[in-house]
Amino acid sequence: MSTALDIFTVVSVAAGALFFLAGTVGLLRFPDVFTHIHALGKADNLGLGLVVLGLLPQVNGLLAGLKLVAIWLIVLLAGAAVSQMIARAARRAGPHA
Amino acid sequence: MTDAPTLYGLCAAALIGLGVYGFIVNPQPLRKLLAFNVVGSGVFVLFGAIAHRGGALGWGGDPVPQALLITGIVVAFAATALAVALLLRLADEADSVTLADAAPAKPDVTARDR
Amino acid sequence: MIAAVNAGIALLLLGLAIWTIAARDTFAAIVGFVAYGLLLALAWVALRGVDVALTEAAIGGGLTGVLLIRAAAKLRATEAASNAERPALPTRLAAAIMAGGVTAALALVVLRTAGPAPTLAPEVAANIGATGVANPITAVLLAFRAMDTLLEAIVLLFALIGVWSLAPDHLWGGRPGARYRADPDGILAYLARLLPPLGIIVGFYIFWIGADLPGGKFQGATILAAMWLLAMMAGLADAPPVSRRWLRAALVAGPAAFIAVGAAGVGIAGAFLGYPEGLAKALIIVIEVALLPSLVLTLGLIMAGAPERTAA
Repeated sequence: MSTALDIFTVVSVAAGALFFLAGTVGLLRFPDVFTHIHALGKADNLGLGLVVLGLLPQVNGLLAGLKLVAIWLIVLLAGAAVSQMIARAARRAGPHA
Repeated sequence: MTDAPTLYGLCAAALIGLGVYGFIVNPQPLRKLLAFNVVGSGVFVLFGAIAHRGGALGWGGDPVPQALLITGIVVAFAATALAVALLLRLADEADSVTLADAAPAKPDVTARDR
Repeated sequence: MIAAVNAGIALLLLGLAIWTIAARDTFAAIVGFVAYGLLLALAWVALRGVDVALTEAAIGGGLTGVLLIRAAAKLRATEAASNAERPALPTRLAAAIMAGGVTAALALVVLRTAGPAPTLAPEVAANIGATGVANPITAVLLAFRAMDTLLEAIVLLFALIGVWSLAPDHLWGGRPGARYRADPDGILAYLARLLPPLGIIVGFYIFWIGADLPGGKFQGATILAAMWLLAMMAGLADAPPVSRRWLRAALVAGPAAFIAVGAAGVGIAGAFLGYPEGLAKALIIVIEVALLPSLVLTLGLIMAGAPERTAA
């Protein structure tokens, strides 16, 4: 049972890391602010979600698990809000800013 | 070379050197402040890395240096905040934040508030 | 494996420090510094200093970063003129040689320091039982070296007084900082309504857990002050005029309570900040609870800056 959970953790965290890598590649390769936000927002939120999911079987106690999920939700909220603020500022500054 | 305290100690030595270089070379006061904060964090890491070799006693690290470090980080923040406020006031008063003895290009910039 | 992670963190720290020093654009340099602060928190975790990591992430990276980013935005107009004063090559070379010498000397110290460092950890372990707290760092901060913490709180207060006294004469006693006018239906106002309830819970949790686990009043106060700042930036709250009497009373209440407990210690336990037998934990909690609101206000107002508007 614990081996299965360990494998689940490794697979899930690795998949999360892959999404972080994809998001970073997108940040470096995509041409403008809006596509940067697109790459970072999608990939990093999913990446962190998978990392948290993978770590859940490793924590002891319900409370620690809830804390991990809370971290993910707060990052989602902050990421979404900041993405929109950056996009709005970029649109106001014009296409070449 | 492989143990963490030595690694971070060497890293801290390099950070302090980088900060010192930036502090001397960068003409902008705000960048000097930034470089000074890099020096400060390097000193903290150096302190923490050397102290890490102390007795652990089942706790993570030695609690006395760590308590001093927390105090140090807060005091560094207080000093940075005061420096930023000084800079902003200087910019308000003089329209420039040069640290040169006399601003050669615009000799009358400090006369505005007289 | 852990060694590889540590080497990666150290390399990234060096890269970000170079970026912070060398980047052309000041704003970009400061963004690098914030990332550097967060990475430094990871380094502290690797050095087994979770309390230090929390403080570095909250204050070293977070608050200092916001402070510097706002200053960079206000000073942007002066950037080009300052950059023209870049020192000539011989000066830069001399600076590089000197900085290299500093690094070499310190590296030598790190490599040549043999054996375990002198430590007070056994003394802490022997006496922590008398304080009633389980987090040794909190025991050091509030019992064994309580004088440091008292002076630290007073240094923060002095910094705030220093920031305030930089206001022009006619604005003395006014409201700090500019009034933020955010779109009331915008995403920032939305975030500033949604996040503070969560942030306040987290702040108090970090504060309270500090007795037994990593955390404490400075980290908790930073999170609470950040929630206040968020509400200010979203235009939902305004900073109070600094001449308000309640504000000034609240700012000194924490350090004053700390001093009062310390002075009482002279009579009861025979030393300034001495705690009588069995009452240590109760007195530590009294000091922390009294200090927390003062710290939140002090940190929030230091971030808000010097008065820029009249009190009306």
